[in-house]
Amino acid sequence: MIKIAIIGFGTVGQGVAELLARKRDEIEKKIGRFKVVAVADLTGAMTGEFRLEEAIEHRRKGGLPEKKSAMEIAENEDYDVMIEVTTTRLDEEGIAYMKVALERGASVITSNKSIAVALMDLLRLAERKNVKLLYEATVGGAMPVIKLLNSYLAFCEIRSLKGILNGTCNYILTRMEEEGLPYNQVLSEAQEMGIAEANPTADVEGIDAAIKLVILANTIGYPAKFEDVKREGITKITPQAFKVAMQKGYTIRLIAEASKKSLRVSPRLVKLNSLLAIKGTLNALMIQTDTAGEIFVAGRGAGKYETASAILSDLYELYRDR
Amino acid sequence: MSELFTLVVELEDKPGQLLKVLEPIARNGGNIVGIVHQRGKKTPLSRVPVEISFTADPKKAERIFEELQKEVVVRAFGKIRTATVSLLLIGHIIHTDLSDTIRRIDSSEAECVELNATMPEINQPSTAMMTISAKSDEALERALERVREICKEKGIMVIEPVNEI
Repeated sequence: MIKIAIIGFGTVGQGVAELLARKRDEIEKKIGRFKVVAVADLTGAMTGEFRLEEAIEHRRKGGLPEKKSAMEIAENEDYDVMIEVTTTRLDEEGIAYMKVALERGASVITSNKSIAVALMDLLRLAERKNVKLLYEATVGGAMPVIKLLNSYLAFCEIRSLKGILNGTCNYILTRMEEEGLPYNQVLSEAQEMGIAEANPTADVEGIDAAIKLVILANTIGYPAKFEDVKREGITKITPQAFKVAMQKGYTIRLIAEASKKSLRVSPRLVKLNSLLAIKGTLNALMIQTDTAGEIFVAGRGAGKYETASAILSDLYELYRDR
Repeated sequence: MSELFTLVVELEDKPGQLLKVLEPIARNGGNIVGIVHQRGKKTPLSRVPVEISFTADPKKAERIFEELQKEVVVRAFGKIRTATVSLLLIGHIIHTDLSDTIRRIDSSEAECVELNATMPEINQPSTAMMTISAKSDEALERALERVREICKEKGIMVIEPVNEI
């Protein structure tokens, strides 16, 4: 019996719980029986015998019933794998939970981009404890990139990565391209639609994409830090820029690029017929390898079930050989 | 330092014509790299276009060009540029001394060969597509680095292309 603790019970945590409940039969057929032994977030916790639907119900009505902190759960509950899905705050709170779990010999699956600041340390800790840290959900949402790089391209030299890692920026740029609208107008439209946040800085200044790029770079063996990323956002792009670019057959996208020479997130000219000229909130990654040529993935970079599906793919990865 | 040049001349299809072209190049210290007769592209006057590439000192190349114009029909003459990049610039491109910008980008190995600018309204940032050609990929990279520096200094945003695969 696989014992799972879910730390963080917001949108993603609940998405994971819903999918675990809904797809229980299929999942158990592949990885064996499992049980969620604890869920915890800032509102409280739930442990012992309970159904996932109950936990979701409690959370929707205001909060989880037990007055235990997430840290107490991490430190004291008996679990084999921690699904750490607290929000990315870069204040290392999430990392603290993960460290506790790894130290106790439990594997960790996370969607928390905070790992960018400590990925190498966490991976080393996991290795020392003979457990795993899996983080597919941190980059590109549902798009399978971490396992693609780590497993399927294990014996390829990765020459470069070029990606669209922020759906909000891609949406804004697509609208500017198609409608010739100014940046500010498209931004407010995106905010009204819930595609951009009230404070859009992390997205439009390329911070979110840079954090994901750091995770990808570390995954392929470049020990990069956030400060190493040359970063420029999309706020200064004008509708005229698209017009002028278009005359030469280009559009503009926010591209995150990692190679031996460069680590940067910046608006770039992309040929209109290029695979990277994708539209809307989609994410994409172009991987250039020595022996496998180029590989391109695209998909939904965010969303409750999309992120949860990436978490489940890690759960499968962890227990597939049992 | 010698550079690579190319020229296309139209020659009458009879013996001894090529010599008229080669002699001035040799006399001025040029080194022939390649000669291609474009027999399939004969002109209405039955002349054969001949493409000649050679390396020479740039000043001597100018002299070669002048001398050749007296002897034969010169259709094209220029430096061979192998690497090209198009960049989008956004900002106060004109009011931050555009000619200074271009002068500082240009060098013996690379130059700005095309500029396409739009100016929306007064005091609003303008947009330009700039094409730079260079002798080699390395020369282009050095030119690109100059563009980045100059534009950073002048507060102009540079949008570079993603390398096409």
